[in-house]
Amino acid sequence: MSAVLTAPASGFLTKALRHRSFALGGALTLLLLLAALLSLVWTPWSPYEIDIPSKLQSPSLVHWLGTDTLGRDVASLLLVGARNSILVGVIAVGIGLVVGTALGLLASARRGWVEELIMRVSDFGFAFPAILSAIMMTAVFGPGIVNSIIAIGLYNIPTFARITRASANVVWSREYVLAARASGKGTWRITIEHVLPNIASVLIVQGTIRFAIAILAEAALSYLGLGTQPPQPSWGRMLSEAQTLLFQAPRLAVFPGVAIVLAVLGLNLLGDGLRDLFDPRLVRER
Amino acid sequence: MSVFLLKRLATFIATLVAASVAIFLVLEILPGDAAQMMMGPDASPDAVRALAAKFGLDRPPLERYLSWVGGMLTGELGLSHAYSSPVAELIGERLLVTVPLALMAMTLMTVLALSAGVYAASRHNKLGDVGLMGLSQLGIAIPNFWFAILLILLFSVHLRWFSAGGFAGWGEGVWPAFKSLLLPAVSLAVVQAAILSRITRSAVLEVLREDFVRTARAKGLSRRAAMWRHVLRNAMIPVLTIMGLQFAELLAGTIVVENVFYLPGLGRLIFQSISNRDLIVVRNCVMFLAAMVVVVNFVVDLLYAAIDPRIKAADI
Repeated sequence: MSAVLTAPASGFLTKALRHRSFALGGALTLLLLLAALLSLVWTPWSPYEIDIPSKLQSPSLVHWLGTDTLGRDVASLLLVGARNSILVGVIAVGIGLVVGTALGLLASARRGWVEELIMRVSDFGFAFPAILSAIMMTAVFGPGIVNSIIAIGLYNIPTFARITRASANVVWSREYVLAARASGKGTWRITIEHVLPNIASVLIVQGTIRFAIAILAEAALSYLGLGTQPPQPSWGRMLSEAQTLLFQAPRLAVFPGVAIVLAVLGLNLLGDGLRDLFDPRLVRER
Repeated sequence: MSVFLLKRLATFIATLVAASVAIFLVLEILPGDAAQMMMGPDASPDAVRALAAKFGLDRPPLERYLSWVGGMLTGELGLSHAYSSPVAELIGERLLVTVPLALMAMTLMTVLALSAGVYAASRHNKLGDVGLMGLSQLGIAIPNFWFAILLILLFSVHLRWFSAGGFAGWGEGVWPAFKSLLLPAVSLAVVQAAILSRITRSAVLEVLREDFVRTARAKGLSRRAAMWRHVLRNAMIPVLTIMGLQFAELLAGTIVVENVFYLPGLGRLIFQSISNRDLIVVRNCVMFLAAMVVVVNFVVDLLYAAIDPRIKAADI
């Protein structure tokens, strides 16, 4: 693992680009990022501009993917929707990564009752899928993107805590950690200097996969009206609006779904690819 | 009773208590004045006081919590603010939709995932394996509610084989009710089956390489018999773990899919209760769903020991 991390970057990149999952996943993820970045500076039409006379138009050179029931340009809505999906994904995974990793490292470093307590609390967290947390928060604070980010973030914490603890426990049993202990290094110094760098690849892979799950969760919450609120475009809400027009304009239910699938597929393939590249033994086992 | 069982039982009860405390804190303590929240910001103070007295929301928090827990143990969940009927009755009616839906989805998922996973493992690195795993990769990326919409587009809008939503009711006969739940169950099952089939394939492949499988084959056991008698049983531990976790996802999925198909289940009830600000119903529904997840994970723990006696021994 550490050998790969210290290998020359160019060698790693060449190997990565030859890996099918990584290359396809990376390309799709790059496309998602570019769409989100592009939407910051340019969209074909304003995604907020209502133009009733142009409603429900079929795809054309003017409106590449047609217009919705309010005459808004579907391609522009999708571009800005990508931005919102990434925003939710980055913050929700960030919450899970920072808090979950810290808890996992603490559990692994202290062991005993601290580890037991953290793991039992993590188990308890699994009883609340993101949607249940979001429902409770919406019942109290009302719907909104912030609540959905917090709900998805909270849902991510136990996963990161468990994975960090399991990987960190392996590192703690290695000889080089024993050597570091013998040389007088303290628990926290070993955690930062040895444990964390050696579990970074596991966390990166998991972060990618949880990013994909966060995009799915945000889409579901927005579909239910608990996530991103109008007029902010969201892929999930576009699908919810399209469902009422299934008989008149079925294509409206296709494009946002395809966008979600491509984004999630890209991130999952990227995660798979990174896992293979960080730990080549797995490729042989597959 | 073995130490294993006692330990698991203690964790199970502690998790349920912790879940009830968390739900109570979020839904009753966090809003400050729960009665005001249920009546809305424009309600007169007299009306808020009357509601608080009617539902016992003016009592100290600990007393309210203990009364709620006591009520759950006796089946007395209180009255719904919006429906003015007992919450237990409301939940009971909705479970007639949600439970069959979850069971249908779980059964379908298990059958699909195990067959696909075992088939892919037995055709390792051949066309069938590569094709199925490619499909499963795509399946994992599909949101269940979008898949549900696609099923409606195909089977309701184009082919007109199924209605686009609604529930026929069990009173109309088993087939119409079953038919109303079929598309929702498929949309829930296929996506989860995609995940489980990959886990099954990896687990079966791993066990296939074990020495005891080679020994069984060397003793003249056919490939099929070795698969059924030795491989599947040993491969079930990781599969069951994921199935336990997937049950939580499946229940969460029913909330979404019930809304796609306008099914009068627990998921719809939660949503109607949120818009009615009926916190008493929301509290009980969320507790029920969380308890279901905890119960299933407890059962999975017990199944581990039944499948692999080494787990029990190691635990003791």
